[in-house]
Amino acid sequence: MIQYLPILILFIIAAGFAITNIGLSAVLGRRKPTAEKLSPYECGIDPVGTARERFSVKFYLIAMIFVIFDIEVVFLYPWAVAFKELKLFGFIEMLIFVGILLVCYLYIWKRGGLEWD
Amino acid sequence: MEAYLFYIMAAVSVTAAVYLVFEKNPVFSALYLIQTMVCIAVLYILLEAQFIAAVQIIVYAGAIMVLFLFVIMLLNLNIKEETKNALPFQKIPAIFMGIVLFTAICAVIKSKLLQGKQGEYTTAYVNSVGNTKLIGNLLFTDYLLPFEITSILLFVAAIGAIMLAKRKL
Amino acid sequence: MNKDLLVYIVVASIKIFLVFSAVQIMIISMIWLERKIMAHMQVRLGPMRVGPHGLLQPIADGIKLLFKEDIIPQKANKLLFLLAPVMTLVPALITFAVIPFGDKVKILGHSVNLVITDINVGFLYIFAVSSLGIYGIVMAGWASNNKYSLLGGIRSSAQMISYELPLGLSLIGVVMLTSSLSLVDVVNAQAKLWNIIIQPIGFFVYATSAIAEVNRCPFDLPEAESELVAGYHTEYSSMKFAMFFMAEYANMITVSAIAVTFFLGGWHGPFLPPVVWFMLKLSACLFFFIWIRSTYPRLRYDQLMHFSWKFLLPLSLFNILITGLIMVLKG
Repeated sequence: MIQYLPILILFIIAAGFAITNIGLSAVLGRRKPTAEKLSPYECGIDPVGTARERFSVKFYLIAMIFVIFDIEVVFLYPWAVAFKELKLFGFIEMLIFVGILLVCYLYIWKRGGLEWD
Repeated sequence: MEAYLFYIMAAVSVTAAVYLVFEKNPVFSALYLIQTMVCIAVLYILLEAQFIAAVQIIVYAGAIMVLFLFVIMLLNLNIKEETKNALPFQKIPAIFMGIVLFTAICAVIKSKLLQGKQGEYTTAYVNSVGNTKLIGNLLFTDYLLPFEITSILLFVAAIGAIMLAKRKL
Repeated sequence: MNKDLLVYIVVASIKIFLVFSAVQIMIISMIWLERKIMAHMQVRLGPMRVGPHGLLQPIADGIKLLFKEDIIPQKANKLLFLLAPVMTLVPALITFAVIPFGDKVKILGHSVNLVITDINVGFLYIFAVSSLGIYGIVMAGWASNNKYSLLGGIRSSAQMISYELPLGLSLIGVVMLTSSLSLVDVVNAQAKLWNIIIQPIGFFVYATSAIAEVNRCPFDLPEAESELVAGYHTEYSSMKFAMFFMAEYANMITVSAIAVTFFLGGWHGPFLPPVVWFMLKLSACLFFFIWIRSTYPRLRYDQLMHFSWKFLLPLSLFNILITGLIMVLKG
């Protein structure tokens, strides 16, 4: 428990540093806002439409596949730590687990889930 | 000191959860949810469950919330659309159910149900072996079947994601 | 409060102060070094005006950025716009907490471990913190109310999550050999033999995905000037802009320090003191980053995603299986 105290101190220092930076630039920088200056940059012309547009569903798919494989990776951490004690039994176990997910991976690949066309 | 930390983190996480519900902008709601999850991770550390704390952040705050944010941005939910769809007749049953749930939680806390015997794994023992290693040893021997079934669950999730996202199959 | 606790907190605070300032100094010198080294690789001189050989350039840049006008674009989400650089910089700075930078030393009769804190889930801590770094970038893109920023932010987060998987998997081989998630144990296990020799595939996968994870060239798609202006920080100015750069350099230093810890033997090395060895290896890794940047052209986005999902991910899984197989056969 006590080992986590330095992390807390470091977090407070880092956050303080970051917020000080924001504050300093707000105080020191002069301000002369004009309508042109505050409009979002769009290669010199007036912004067209809204900036918060819908985007491709592929990003959603990537995030979903990432969640699935991230959970797999999380299972690999305790396995890797205990591997020297689990030995062959643990190896075969993980072979089955990774094997099923490899089928899953190939399924996603074949269905075009990894394509960016 | 641990008690103080617990109360601070509990207060922060509950406040964030309340804001999550009442916030009009879904992106802010997602951020409050991340805050709640990080607070819960800190609570896990206070309980000496370091592995669960790390997994809480890696999987929930780091992976699932990215997915949430993507979906929110993907749908580009406007504040107007969102409030229009609220069903008014849900309110009364919702309040009723909320009260029932709250009483149930209070009853469980008050009863002796949660006060089990102390197991063989004391905090000192867990810390000497290492939290993650112990989980590894148990997960891959005693709880083998649930672990293997998880992979099939993940497979099903992948099929679902592909079905949802692909127009042509 | 008892005396031991007080000593612990004081020692920890001193270590935090030292590491934090060392990182800041490294960030400042990296700004100069990167421009200078790149310039010389391209047969230019680089910054020459401010101080001898442009040595004071980073300080001049810093002062300039501090006094720059603080612009918040209209219709931007003000709170998130201000919070995004903080959310990017803080995770980048707090990862150093678990990285051992030297052997145990004796000071005034106290044995001090040269690492801010040695937690037994140090490895998981790094991944937990770095996975939170994504939000700053997504939020910067979303809050700016600019199309380029949004595209840059989304691209960047998709790239970071895609490369986070091989990054995590590449280090599992090392964890299997060490049987511990504590970074101090990982370094101690490499006293005789560096892990890069036992885990060459792991190192290759780690090095590649680490470059992509910190959005550096040739994987710097999120800030591709030619197509996205500057990606997620198009609308940022003054110190807020500088903070994204600080975060990028801090992240570079972090991933290099992790590479040194996991694959290059940490602070182990003959003759010189451990801290010097650590710094030497760290500098070599950082030089490698700059070298790569001035050598390779930028990838296309589909190539980038394919490279992670179709090549690095299977390769890192293969590495784990091979490592496991050899360990089982050896007994």
